[in-house]
Amino acid sequence: MAMDEMPDVPDVTKKFLYVNRKAPYGTIYALESLEVVLIGAAFEQDVSLAFLDDGVYQLVDGQDTTGIGMKNFSPTYRALGDYEVTKLYVEKESLEERGLTPDDLMQITYEDEDDDWAEKPSIRIVSRAEMIDIMADQDVILSF
Amino acid sequence: MAAYELNGTTYEHDEEGYLTDISQWNPELAELIAKDEKIEMTPEHWEVVNFLREYYEEYQIAPAIRVLVKAMKKKFGKEKGSNKYLYELFPYGPAKQACKIAGLPKPTGCV
Amino acid sequence: MSTLHTVNKSPFERSSFISCLNHVKAGDAVLMIEDAVVAARKGSAFAEIVEKAAKDCTLYVLGPDLAARGMGEDDLIAGIKLVDYGGFVDLAAEHDRTNAWL
Repeated sequence: MAMDEMPDVPDVTKKFLYVNRKAPYGTIYALESLEVVLIGAAFEQDVSLAFLDDGVYQLVDGQDTTGIGMKNFSPTYRALGDYEVTKLYVEKESLEERGLTPDDLMQITYEDEDDDWAEKPSIRIVSRAEMIDIMADQDVILSF
Repeated sequence: MAAYELNGTTYEHDEEGYLTDISQWNPELAELIAKDEKIEMTPEHWEVVNFLREYYEEYQIAPAIRVLVKAMKKKFGKEKGSNKYLYELFPYGPAKQACKIAGLPKPTGCV
Repeated sequence: MSTLHTVNKSPFERSSFISCLNHVKAGDAVLMIEDAVVAARKGSAFAEIVEKAAKDCTLYVLGPDLAARGMGEDDLIAGIKLVDYGGFVDLAAEHDRTNAWL
């Protein structure tokens, strides 16, 4: 599909969850997931992203890849709001197991069209129990 | 690999004309790429190209066309934030042509 | 409204098997495929965890992957069900969604 063409939008909106469980850079999973999310956003579905296990490292602030010769794609997560991807669920237990806190994550916001374009945080910290319910509430789960 | 030639400097590009090394970009090169695309650069063209470069600088991606339209609308107003306006400036697709002139990689999802 | 979870990594090598079991809901199904079939073997270090998980959800193992690794039905932890490729398809069709733990 060319970027300059609008895809045919399906009649029924489905709930899509992208599950991210791997740290960035060691494998291609994180970048592939992000690219699929950006392309898939054109289909105007109800998209959420889940970050658990090592996947929480994708959102850690202060990534600097100059020494490994790879592109730092972490700033792109901050563009997700422009693509109307505004629900980034991060599992609390996964952060804790890795010695991380919500303060270690990037600031990612979106502008709420229904609330006079107020800037709101996209990252939502959820417990494992809440994550289980979020997963069970989806039509489609895409794993990376 | 094919390349643009300008003032004795070689600028490599891919088979579709997208610059290989974004850091090599300069305004004079942009004019040359635009000429290849049969586009005469006006201040309005530059507004879009500069906007794309700023967006890329901040987010490390070229925005999808609908994202570009929305962001242009926010920054420059309703008239400039429309598909029609952008296609008038870049008839073969603002995402493809303007990104190429701006020295950005081919937008994600563009085949 | 239940989920089919598939796992394809050995719990001895990756954490995805345990992470999967930590995210199942009562009534869900877990299908072990590829290297994950090693978790289905009785007497393994993970047997206790697997037996506990079997109380809440139904566990399946893909026969061809099990056979390829020199195991058969007699080697399985009690309660784990053996399916073939057709059974895999049936499971995917019977559940509302599939969650792949890579």
